[in-house]
Amino acid sequence: MIVPFGHVLILAGLLFLMGILCVVTRRSLIMILLGVEIMLNAVAILLVGSSLLWQHLEGQAIVLFVFAIAAAEVSIGLALIVWAYRRTGSMDPSDYNLLK
Amino acid sequence: MTIYSFIFYLLAILIVVTTAMAITRRNLVHAVIYLIFSFFGSAMLFYLFGAPFLAVLEVIIYAGAIMVLFLFVVIMMKADTVAERIFDFRQWLPVAVFGLIYIAIGMGIISAEPNSRIILKTALAAPAEFGQFIFENHWLSIEAVSLLLLVALAGALIIGRRSRRPSAPETTDGEL
Repeated sequence: MIVPFGHVLILAGLLFLMGILCVVTRRSLIMILLGVEIMLNAVAILLVGSSLLWQHLEGQAIVLFVFAIAAAEVSIGLALIVWAYRRTGSMDPSDYNLLK
Repeated sequence: MTIYSFIFYLLAILIVVTTAMAITRRNLVHAVIYLIFSFFGSAMLFYLFGAPFLAVLEVIIYAGAIMVLFLFVVIMMKADTVAERIFDFRQWLPVAVFGLIYIAIGMGIISAEPNSRIILKTALAAPAEFGQFIFENHWLSIEAVSLLLLVALAGALIIGRRSRRPSAPETTDGEL
């Protein structure tokens, strides 16, 4: 007996909302990528909780793929951030106006 | 209230508070350190939910590899350009409105969902059992994901490689 499943839903929803807020309100590319990581982590918590609810391993299998894709996304994203920083000398997305 | 529910609420408070601290820090290094605590809390939550293998992977991949990658990139940037402009306060209104709408709809869905009142029972998926399930049912996806990681490695190497022509006008300005 742990908790009702609704409390797991509330925790995952709160974490996802925090990730969205971090992506929307911060003005640094690194913090935006961190917000995406927080959202992926919230999804992983929800998937493991629902895997426990239905007593089935499928949810945990999806979390394994979420981890792998998060690692790939973060490596490519950080490489792009470093590339953009070398080009423009700034981490602020609103400074990327070379086409203007 | 059993010991398991007590541990769950303790971990939930830990995760939410450290994540809230992380997304409000101005200093990027502090934000990353707070997020490491949040991911450790998630790993313990996975262990509570009966997924010890995923708990280990969370510590190794999220709290270990990904956060160290973030720390390296933060350290590589110059300190003055890392400092962030203050968020425009006219944009707070839509953020607050849509956040409240999200919370209202989410609470409605959760209270209407019949599964949300089911009490979770403790169970344990041993790593051997989990690995057998993965390789019996998802062997093709495992191969695809390993190929994706290889492509990501090659892509990060190609993107992150320094330009061969350092005299190009747009690269000299922001060169590390």
